Amino acid sequence: MNSRVSQLRHESLEAAPCISSERAELITQFVAGDRTASPVLRRARAFRRLMEKKTIYIGKGELIVGERGPAPKAVPTYPELCCHSLDDLELLHSREKIPFACPPDVRKVYEERIIPFWRGRSMRDLIFDEMTDEWKAAYEAGIFTEFMEQRAPGHTVADDKIYRKGFGHLRQEIAASLARLDYSSDPKAQAKSEQLRAMDICAEAICIFARRHAELAREMAVQAAQDGDLARAAELGRIAEVCSWVPENPPRDFWEALQAYWFVHLGVITELNTWDSFNPGRLDQHLYPFYKQGLACGTLTEESARELLQCFWIKFNNQPAPPKVGVTAAESGTYTDFANINCGGMTPDGQDGVNDVTYLVLDVIDEMRLLQPSSNIQLSAKNPDRFLKRALRVVRKGWGQPSIFNADTVVQEMLRVGKSLEDARAGGTSGCVETGAFGKEAYILSGYFNLPKILELALHDGKDPRTGRQLGPTTGRPGGFSSFDELMGAFRQQLHHFIEIKVRGNNVIEQLYARYMPAPFLSLLVDDCIARGLDYHDGGARYNTTYIQGVGIGTITDSLSAIKRHVFDGRQIGMGDLLAALDANFAGHERLRARLRDDTPRYGNDDDDADSIMKSVFHAFFGEVDGRPNTKGGRYCIDMLPTTCHVYFGSVTQATPDGRLAGEPVSEGISPVQGADRRGPTAVLCSAAKMDHALTGGTLLNMKFTPRLLEGEDGIANLAHLVRTYFKLGGHHVQFNVVNARTLLDAQAHPENHRDLIVRVAGYSDYFCDLSRALQDEIIARTEHESF
Amino acid sequence: MMYWPSRCVGCGACAEACPEGAIRMEAGRPVVARELCVVEADGSACIEVCPAEARTLVGRTVSVADVMAEVLRDRAFYDQSGGGVTFTGGEPLAQPDFLCALLRECRRFDVHSAVDTSGIADAWAVEAIAHLVDLWLFDVKIVDPARHMVLVGCSNQPVLDNLRLLAGRGCQIRVRVPVVPGINDSPSDLRDLARLLTSLPGGGLRRVDLLPYHESGIEKYARLGREYMLEGVGQANAEYVESIAGELRRMGLDVRTGGGW
Repeated sequence: MNSRVSQLRHESLEAAPCISSERAELITQFVAGDRTASPVLRRARAFRRLMEKKTIYIGKGELIVGERGPAPKAVPTYPELCCHSLDDLELLHSREKIPFACPPDVRKVYEERIIPFWRGRSMRDLIFDEMTDEWKAAYEAGIFTEFMEQRAPGHTVADDKIYRKGFGHLRQEIAASLARLDYSSDPKAQAKSEQLRAMDICAEAICIFARRHAELAREMAVQAAQDGDLARAAELGRIAEVCSWVPENPPRDFWEALQAYWFVHLGVITELNTWDSFNPGRLDQHLYPFYKQGLACGTLTEESARELLQCFWIKFNNQPAPPKVGVTAAESGTYTDFANINCGGMTPDGQDGVNDVTYLVLDVIDEMRLLQPSSNIQLSAKNPDRFLKRALRVVRKGWGQPSIFNADTVVQEMLRVGKSLEDARAGGTSGCVETGAFGKEAYILSGYFNLPKILELALHDGKDPRTGRQLGPTTGRPGGFSSFDELMGAFRQQLHHFIEIKVRGNNVIEQLYARYMPAPFLSLLVDDCIARGLDYHDGGARYNTTYIQGVGIGTITDSLSAIKRHVFDGRQIGMGDLLAALDANFAGHERLRARLRDDTPRYGNDDDDADSIMKSVFHAFFGEVDGRPNTKGGRYCIDMLPTTCHVYFGSVTQATPDGRLAGEPVSEGISPVQGADRRGPTAVLCSAAKMDHALTGGTLLNMKFTPRLLEGEDGIANLAHLVRTYFKLGGHHVQFNVVNARTLLDAQAHPENHRDLIVRVAGYSDYFCDLSRALQDEIIARTEHESF
Repeated sequence: MMYWPSRCVGCGACAEACPEGAIRMEAGRPVVARELCVVEADGSACIEVCPAEARTLVGRTVSVADVMAEVLRDRAFYDQSGGGVTFTGGEPLAQPDFLCALLRECRRFDVHSAVDTSGIADAWAVEAIAHLVDLWLFDVKIVDPARHMVLVGCSNQPVLDNLRLLAGRGCQIRVRVPVVPGINDSPSDLRDLARLLTSLPGGGLRRVDLLPYHESGIEKYARLGREYMLEGVGQANAEYVESIAGELRRMGLDVRTGGGW
């Protein structure tokens, strides 16, 4: 990277995350003084106020401009969604890992104005008020988590429209949609009118925001010229020109394309603290026409394109994930906000989508080595090996990026639920591993679901052994089960009960968002909100999916397998003895524990007995969730991914029949239980591929290799074969950690020497030393493969 | 039978179960009197009762179908990579009929096969399968007959004969030489090797793989309660092996180190 990029990167890495109260103040002031009756118009006007008033920042040497906060890594808060208490602010300020500096003036503002105004009024308060006691009991017991209690549904990705149409054009579409409203025969016409007018206000607001950058750049250019820095003055002049053109008008070149996206990105993450922030999606395909045209007319070189991309990358790294409140603030351990850039895959007409910008993007990922943005490749059978191998050479460096997705399975997943072929091919994956039709879909993750805990309840007649509380229905005393099938029957009943509770809660929350917290700016970006006159949160998107994410499939499979073999088939262990050992956390039952752990067919070894249990659990979960209607005219689907939730779920689950001790993490994603796979990586992949990935909206598989295994061209070729084979078998995603357990142990002992060590966690990468001890241990425990 | 100290939980179940009374517990660890131990082919009592799989029987009786089922599990990977199965050992040619049956099955299922052999086998056994093997991984430990007799304990005449036989038939061969520092890598050893390879029928072989001697066998011998005779030789480090490789390259050979493809 050149000196400009190197300096910007250095500044980004060095900047200490801090909390800015600017947004909270502007919002509070606005809402306190506003009398708009319509929630969506009120939100739009609030958005305009933010765009008009928030501090504008243009940093030294920057080419792509704009920050969410007043400066890099100054993170705004969203009190209308969830309001930090003073205790929360203190905790964020003083915690050892992932701190956010919270200066006294911020606390003062919070104490005097923000907290008194929002206490009891935030979305979080509203949500908890509306949840049933049953829901709260299950939530507190750790049966599921709830995504929407602190952050707004976003879970969507940009398509190519902002490169083809400016916001001026979108405003014309809004006007046309308004003109089409038929008040006499459409009873919703008034609501649609409010929605469309709100969207128009937001479209105007983002253009105002851009023009304010243009003005500042012009002022700074004059200053730079006066200071004799003519080169910077020219750059600032160019920035002013770019910012006065986009995003109101469609970009004319590579630079403008990147800047247009960046304004859109800031708009989305300023309007609400959307999950997975936002994401440009198929960046290589979006940029390719501008790249080609720039090279042809001589206004762009590979080097200047690379520099612009690198400047763009740094902007993502300047935006840490907004900090949480309450227990989640204490637990959540990452600055990563899950913007996950896709490259490769197919073009919408089904051709190989890899182009010159794809390779440029891979170079940038390699060189920048930043936590954010996350990156992945979409690998289709149509893509050349050169593309895969180039990506694997980055993977081999061991910091977890890019992750690798099977573009062909991703398309299948979308076709299964009725998306058009073209929309499916233009889609991809975002967040951790979630499949979506970019620019056309709201695909909301609603919460993680603790599968091993459900088995625990089935083994305790619905009672939570941790608290003694009757949480689920009484499904029979386990001593009375005369067969494995009866146990599975009890498991299914418990599963049904808690999925019903979760879905009921989701239905309420979705409607609360639709009614009280619409997102008119985000709605501009997702088809067909304008055409339908509906909000993104209210079914405006062409496709609307709600996901529940299953966690712990490895742990529950091995647990069921152990019970089947030892209690029902072999009858060497009585159910009563097993439960007594679990309740005692295996204290005094070491021999039994060793037998359960070592003498049980386990998932991850290509063992059909174990894998068939995995499949029946998977199908039970799938059957319970998939196809249920959501409140937006869409449907439910499942995902199999944990982020870091397998650690939390493990902490609330007692010892399990696979020999896992109470409190230890459950298995993550669809990976086998840590250390249970003993027959090498091909067996892991064969086991994992027995799951029907096309029935999901994403699965997550982690593998860990020692660096030696991937040395040389042979190492790359072997890894490429492994990936291609897993994908041929239908796998959705695989990601690699390439680092010795020894290195990780040393980093635990001497974090000061390993501050820069980045590892793959689950769908994202993070600094190893910033992870909680439990998560560090869990990553070390994941089987490290030393041979193929 | 192998004993894995790291897995042992010290429960004493094996000592209780042994019908020969060959195991006694000392300081929480089982100690086996090997002379009393009778290992049954279908598993012994101590293996059965161990809750931690700290005792394992090395080797088991399998049928051709069993082996093929295992081989074919990874078929999807072979299809992608062009890889396949390697029969190794021990010495696969010690069971020529079984090996022949397996190789025939590999042909039937279109799985690439390699045989990793010490070359110490009857010529007829090699002859019998030569047409079924896609690739030979052929060990040449040392060319000098007298030194071979001392180090390996038998003549290397069959090794050299078999190598010539296969080369003469135009088989795919990869000669592999374990580099044991100070044992089989003197300048004259290297010269002998180069001369042997370049003079093989069918125009001679140039490719040779050097396998650096390593000590991972020490633990294995300990687990089996057997004496390890190369104690103290020291591993062949990468630099050392590279220097040997350099010498062989100067003699006109195409040398790879580490045994990769």
